[in-house]
Amino acid sequence: MNAFAEAFVWIGDPAHWSGPDGIPTRLAEHLGYTGLTVLIAVLIAVTLGLYIGHTGRFRGVSIGATSALRALPTLGLLTFLAIAFGFGIRLALIPTIIVLVVLAIPPLLAGAYSGIESVDPRTVDAARSMGMTEWQILWKVEIPLALPLIIGGVRSAVLQVVATATVAAYISLGGLGRYIIDALPVRDYTKVLVGALLVTLLALVLEGILISIQRLTVPAGVRAIRTTPSLRRQRAYGRNASAASRAS
Amino acid sequence: MIRFDAVSKKFPDGTLAVADFSLTIPSRTTTVLVGSSGSGKTTLLRMINRMVDPTSGSISIDGDDISTLEPVKLRRRIGYVMQNSGLLPHRTVADNIATVPLLSGVKRAQARAEALTLMDTVGLDRALADRYPSQLSGGQQQRVGVARGLAIDPNILLMDEPFGAVDPLVRSELQQELVRIQKDLAKTIVFVTHDIDEAFLLGDQVVLLRTGGQIAQVGSPAEILADPADDFVNTFIGADRGRRALRIEEVSGRQVVVDGTGRLAGILNEGTHT
Ligand SMILES: Nc1ncnc2c1ncn2[C@@H]1O[C@H](COP(=O)(O)OP(=O)(O)OP(=O)(O)O)[C@@H](O)[C@H]1O
Ligand SMILES: [Mg+2]
Repeated sequence: MNAFAEAFVWIGDPAHWSGPDGIPTRLAEHLGYTGLTVLIAVLIAVTLGLYIGHTGRFRGVSIGATSALRALPTLGLLTFLAIAFGFGIRLALIPTIIVLVVLAIPPLLAGAYSGIESVDPRTVDAARSMGMTEWQILWKVEIPLALPLIIGGVRSAVLQVVATATVAAYISLGGLGRYIIDALPVRDYTKVLVGALLVTLLALVLEGILISIQRLTVPAGVRAIRTTPSLRRQRAYGRNASAASRAS
Repeated sequence: MIRFDAVSKKFPDGTLAVADFSLTIPSRTTTVLVGSSGSGKTTLLRMINRMVDPTSGSISIDGDDISTLEPVKLRRRIGYVMQNSGLLPHRTVADNIATVPLLSGVKRAQARAEALTLMDTVGLDRALADRYPSQLSGGQQQRVGVARGLAIDPNILLMDEPFGAVDPLVRSELQQELVRIQKDLAKTIVFVTHDIDEAFLLGDQVVLLRTGGQIAQVGSPAEILADPADDFVNTFIGADRGRRALRIEEVSGRQVVVDGTGRLAGILNEGTHT
């Protein structure tokens, strides 16, 4: 039997759907790490990104810091944190979450500040000249218009964290990584593949959900640009007219 | 009354946009700032609502030095209409018009009712209330911009080339609309344009600017036409090319009006005044 078929048989076995090493438990753990990580990272990075985007300050510094963060080797950092700060095995959750947060910050930060920067400066200028306070400009104008890009940042952060949360198992925690880490030493490659497949599947599902959310957050007035029949007619007219002028 | 007193503005990059500018803008009339591109019109306008702060000199509204006023509060009592309409793309027409009233705590239902009334004022079909700016034509967007400027019933209305981006026909329609609105509401309007015809049509007081916000001439359209201060003004108002010097000629038995360059300007209607 080929490896994939075996992996699917393994997944389909009801015996693997209960207990502390069952799929639901591991899936829940994996989602737990991902959720906690993304929550913390959003609080830090989106806040920072909104600030940078709105004020234009610390832009260069943040881009530099972000690429530095990206360059950090996850596993190395995890080992270093676990040993250097004596979190050890008992408090393994702390270094794990720190490592994953570090991973999630760059895409979140980039999404947030590029989202705010993408808002037409004339729109912001108009909002300010009407007498909106800086907070009102941020909340009522910039964030609604930047939301699709902010969610885009969340999307790539979630994707990376889901994939990388397997490292939690490396320092004795749970999650889908357990299947991989436990099975490797005993050369149970079916189970390794099961771990990999489940992580991929979870990533795809989350990706699908977040893409839908991203679509929903495009403000109606911005979406309207693409869907207004009269405008489409105008554009079609423009095309015909230019085609006609070319022909003549 | 708005007073500019020896106002200068030097931008951080060293551009001296306005130098030693003094002017009194009387209340409840329309003052038009006209000049070519880069003459400092927008800068002057934006100093009134503190979107730009002068480097030196002072500006007062009804005697209050505006540098002592809180910018957000000041802006909420001054209407501002910009060239690109500056509408919020994610809000409907009605919500755009009601933006400032909503910020100042007016109830939703009331704000919407007032927005609909304002749509009537600026000649917009109420059926457009729930459209988004991207679903409007340029001329309709400008009307929304004007309605929004009027939404707080401001004493002062700042208009920066509000009709610059629409075709001549719509522009002339919007100009007539503004003349009508101003007759009813009598706001203190400060209007910026580089179109001298628009300036003469709308302005009670016209301020002709050279580069650096230097005043070439101030006066009513008639005063400026009758007595241009210098060659610059002459050129700007088109008097030198004879565009303003009309004469009557006979063509195929009818009397036509021809300008100094010999171009046809119109047909003379006998006796009747319409
Ligand atoms: N934020 C700024 N920083 C630097 N220079 C500026 C800034 N805003 C305007 N200027 C300069 O100040 C001068 C006056 O600009 P302003 O926008 O007031 O001209 P304007 O008369 O409104 O021109 P236009 O008819 O093209 O709108 C120009 O030379 C312009 O380049
Ligand atoms: Mg300008």
